[in-house]
Amino acid sequence: MIKLIVDGKEIEVPPEYTLMQACEAAGAEIPRFCYHERLSIAGNCRMCLVEVKGTPKPVASCAWGVRDCRPGPKGEPPEISTRSPMVKKAREGVMEFLLINHPLDCPICDQGGECDLQDQAMGYGADTSRFAENKRAVEDKYLGVLVKTSMNRCIQCTRCVRFASEICGVPEMGLTGRGEDVEITTYLESALTSELQGNLVDICPVGALTSKPYAFAARPWELGKTQSIDVMDAVGSAIRVDTRGREVMRILPRVNEAVNEEWISDKTRHIVDGLRTQRLDRPYVRENGKLRAATWSEAFAAIAAKLKDVKGERIGAIAGDLAAVEDMFALQDLMTRLGSANLATETTHAFDPSLGRASYIFNPTIAGIEQADALLIIGCNPRKEAAVLNARIRKRWRTGQMKIAVIGDHAELTYKYDYLGAGVDTLSELAAGKQSFADVLKGAKNPIVLVGAGVTARSDGAALLAMAAKLATDIGAIKDGWNGFAVLHSAASSVGALDIGFVPGEGGLTAAQMVGEGALDVMFSLGADEIKLPADAFVVYIGTHGDRGAHRADVILPGAAYTEKSGIYVNTEGRVQIAGRAAFPPGEAREDWAIIRALSDALGATLPYDSLVALRKALTEKVPHLLRIDQIEPADPAALAALARRGGGAIGKAPLLSPIGDFYLTNPIARASAVMAECSRVASGQILTAAE
Amino acid sequence: MLDDKDRIFRNLYGQGDWGLDGARRRGSWDGTKAIIEKGRDWIINEMKTSGLRGRGGAGFPTGMKWSFMPKESTDGRPSYLVVNADESEPGTCKDREIMRHDPHLLVEGCLLAGFAMGAKVCYIYVRGEFIREREHLQAAVDQAYEAKLIGQDNVHGWPFELYVTHGAGAYICGEETALLESLEGKKGQPRLKPPFPANVGLYGCPTTVNNVESIAVAPDILRRGAAWFSSIGRPNNVGTKLFGISGHVNTPCVVEEAMGIPFRELIEKHGGGIRGGWDNLLAIIPGGASCPLIPAADCGELIMDFDGTRAVKSSLGTAGVIVMDKSTDVVAAIARISYFFKHESCGQCTPCREGTGWMWRVLSRMVEGRAHKREIDMLLEVTKQVEGHTICALGDAAAWPIQGLIRAFRPEIERRIDDFSRRATLDDQGILDPAHMAAAE
Amino acid sequence: MTLSPQTTQAIRNAADSHGGAKAAMLEALKLVQAAEGYVSDAHLAEAAAKLGVSTAEIDSLATFYSHIFRSPVGETVILLCDGLSCYLCGGDAVRDAVMQKLGIGFGETTPDGKFTLINVCCIGGCDVAPAALVGPDRKLVGPLSADDLTQLIGGGR
Repeated sequence: MIKLIVDGKEIEVPPEYTLMQACEAAGAEIPRFCYHERLSIAGNCRMCLVEVKGTPKPVASCAWGVRDCRPGPKGEPPEISTRSPMVKKAREGVMEFLLINHPLDCPICDQGGECDLQDQAMGYGADTSRFAENKRAVEDKYLGVLVKTSMNRCIQCTRCVRFASEICGVPEMGLTGRGEDVEITTYLESALTSELQGNLVDICPVGALTSKPYAFAARPWELGKTQSIDVMDAVGSAIRVDTRGREVMRILPRVNEAVNEEWISDKTRHIVDGLRTQRLDRPYVRENGKLRAATWSEAFAAIAAKLKDVKGERIGAIAGDLAAVEDMFALQDLMTRLGSANLATETTHAFDPSLGRASYIFNPTIAGIEQADALLIIGCNPRKEAAVLNARIRKRWRTGQMKIAVIGDHAELTYKYDYLGAGVDTLSELAAGKQSFADVLKGAKNPIVLVGAGVTARSDGAALLAMAAKLATDIGAIKDGWNGFAVLHSAASSVGALDIGFVPGEGGLTAAQMVGEGALDVMFSLGADEIKLPADAFVVYIGTHGDRGAHRADVILPGAAYTEKSGIYVNTEGRVQIAGRAAFPPGEAREDWAIIRALSDALGATLPYDSLVALRKALTEKVPHLLRIDQIEPADPAALAALARRGGGAIGKAPLLSPIGDFYLTNPIARASAVMAECSRVASGQILTAAE
Repeated sequence: MLDDKDRIFRNLYGQGDWGLDGARRRGSWDGTKAIIEKGRDWIINEMKTSGLRGRGGAGFPTGMKWSFMPKESTDGRPSYLVVNADESEPGTCKDREIMRHDPHLLVEGCLLAGFAMGAKVCYIYVRGEFIREREHLQAAVDQAYEAKLIGQDNVHGWPFELYVTHGAGAYICGEETALLESLEGKKGQPRLKPPFPANVGLYGCPTTVNNVESIAVAPDILRRGAAWFSSIGRPNNVGTKLFGISGHVNTPCVVEEAMGIPFRELIEKHGGGIRGGWDNLLAIIPGGASCPLIPAADCGELIMDFDGTRAVKSSLGTAGVIVMDKSTDVVAAIARISYFFKHESCGQCTPCREGTGWMWRVLSRMVEGRAHKREIDMLLEVTKQVEGHTICALGDAAAWPIQGLIRAFRPEIERRIDDFSRRATLDDQGILDPAHMAAAE
Repeated sequence: MTLSPQTTQAIRNAADSHGGAKAAMLEALKLVQAAEGYVSDAHLAEAAAKLGVSTAEIDSLATFYSHIFRSPVGETVILLCDGLSCYLCGGDAVRDAVMQKLGIGFGETTPDGKFTLINVCCIGGCDVAPAALVGPDRKLVGPLSADDLTQLIGGGR
């Protein structure tokens, strides 16, 4: 530890600290623009200058290490001042320089109210302007669908360049030119290709890069802010939902070091307009082949009529990707009371929760990726299936301490990897030790075997999982203090469903069986839009958008989206999280569990809870770990031995490709979003230039 | 006045053969092996004792700089010597002559310096505009390889690779860390210091960056002795120096002279005297555009060395003397310099990127007199806001000439402002006068 | 039109001799410029692809250095120094004269494609001020005079 005196206060800090960290540890606030904790140090904005006693010039505290400070002549600890006249003058000077060419855009700039430049100018700048020349003008650049540019405002801090190159892995932004003519741009103004580009807007300290879909929409002080959890994938990124009245205006990331650090994917961020369009706001009943608006009682009556005298084994329920645990629990409860064991989700058929939790979660945890030294990706495109998790993989890869190999898609993942092959044969070879990567895995201290939807979505998914579990065991990935068997789910509801046992019961049908011809008389679809529903069953659709499920439905019961209800979601790590209610569902729509509760009345199978609190009580009595929010229930690795032993039947020869086609259109909310549609067009249509 | 016997650059004007044969005849490569056998400690000590100060402008003691290099590599990183031949300072044209007419001085110097600091590889970074100079230098390097004076199995016992690389037109690449960046293939944007190049330099390895002249004089110092070198000039300012004399003199030239030569003697003996006579002198810039100007009144007794120029609030820099006579529009001249710095700023850090442009624009208005008198103090304040707050010294270099101008010629600027106001009509485009600026007057 | 095989090979050699693709970026740009006169968008992208670097990176580099031309230039590039020594020795008069003679300003090319005029500072020719660098060889010419532009634009013009 190194001793320093900051503003007269003596402190001790670790030797690898920078002066900025030391000053902050001492309670001083250091203004800055180019410095960001998660990016490399640039040291070019010069706003963080502090005075070190004995040096004639102030020093950039973000780049100056505490080790670089010289002790006094008699060994006294170095003295730093963040409030001396030299520092004040330096800050005012730098701020003045930043403002001379900065346009007077505050009234029309979206960053207003949450702008680092505004805040620091107020806090550390001078109060008048002395600049009498013309301000320079910079042309706006086309960066794509999501990031709006007003490059007059750019202060050339290069955070965006570093973010794109380091975190996103797409070195598409650069600082061209020299001197006062430098401009931030992408080459030939092509659209950025990263699925994390929305974070650029957060990164940019001024209003140069702002959110295009959110342009001119609201001011930050008008917005109500609700902490919530994202459900666009199974990462469970921490988000903040900003609302004005009952309208969701935007979604921003929250910091969660364990899950998403500070980032969210573009899908997470920009499906906001999808929450407003194609909404089911009232019940519908199909009459004579056409859906007509109905009242709740009419809809319930239609369902009750259909269910009369139908045996339990002819009734089934499929839960969709965005279903909250409470909703699935209520539906499960109802199905049980109706005598049905036919429960499934769209994505979890390969899993058997009775084996144990470790068999279906991302055991090493997302943060644990940073301890891994070898990673085998089987049947997964993490960039598409879990963009933020992919960024974490990239972060670890950049340290040079993790080797990566892929079986399945040969895709651009933003990091280099050994491509071993496309299908099961390669996996078998690897398992038999015939590939050189097998040695890498065996020799690694903390290897991860990552399995994705390219495995679990297949009909032979169970057998493949068992194979992967066996491989993980053989290479020593399962041991004391480390469990490297990592299942990457692609849906937010999957782990929650498995935790509460929303799977086919004794003699129950799987999802694939349920949608087969003649399998069911009545099917309840809890927002299941990815699976093709049977043509001959009576479909009751509980969901939020007029997507495929609703089009097929015989009765539509309008539900609440994830921003409109308080719901528990369990992410792919097995971490229990609660999404908060930020807004209200439109029109007649209600929370899903409440719909099911009300329906249960109409069906004479009343569920024993009248409130969300009561439901949760019942839920957590059955599955206690769901009480422990933000925590991951420890999972016994014995589950993996059991999984490996169980094996599972024949494995097909098809390559292990990720089933996710278009990253931007993977769920009904995304498909309803015009922004996502445009992103998809740009990404796939190769419309890359500003001429568009 | 320098004695011929004390001359180091014996082919400065290219009258003799610049190749290996000519160089040998002039004394290069004589006894190099013996020097190396004396060991690196001896060499570094000799360089320290000689009192040689860096000839690139900063004047940092060369021997001390070499001593910062690690004695041995504890972590496998090799050491590098990099020679800064990116001579771009306005008024400076001396390294050009060395490379063109006596490149072997440099080649031998590189070997000796490299040995002294444990570097087996040396890069000479030549500015992109110097084509002929680079060709001569490369030819000399090839000759040295051919004659096994350098290279892997050379006759001197110190394996030494020497590469000549080329810039592409950026003054900022003359800054040592920007030069290293450019060598690594990146934009020439200076790095933050610390860490210093001796710790983390080229490709993260210990590196020393030296000016061409500093390296080129090393063989003579080591051959003829530190005592000889330090006997020329006065303490702390010793040795010979290449002075460039340009501007309003009768015979502009590059000349090798003793440090501490009186300015008057330098100009009259070598520069052919001030155009129009001594009394026609207005001001000089003693060492390239980044040095504050020295008005004529201070030139009479001026001694051309580090301390002498410091005493009149300027600096010796590269000793590229620019002479301005009374016909000069001195404000326009300094505005030219400030435009240069604006153009060459790399754009990385805020004070330089924004400040150089601002200073130039204000100064340009002052050339016409289209300004307020209070803006002179404002401009001075702005220079103080740039100075010391930047990543590299270009910010300082941009600030100093303006400070020098205001210090010596404020009345001239004020006179122009008065003239402009007197002549101005209602239709003239005056400067914008934000309402709150009036209160500051 | 793609880069010639010689240029492509030279770029590959540069990557080898410079110890890596990134270190060879500047050299690659100079090779392209030597072959084609300037670096077009297409050739820039090609050079980037050959080296395996992103176009943004290499474009940042190309636009940083004054002597990498990203727009077409004439047969003969005149780099006229507008540094202080040259200014003091009558550089402005030479500048005005050559601009008038050629009918172009700084950064422009004559309609017949023969000359491009660019201002640079400083070219290290202070003792022969006012000076310029002319042609692909960057020949240093000076002292120039407003009355006689042959050193800059050759005889007969």
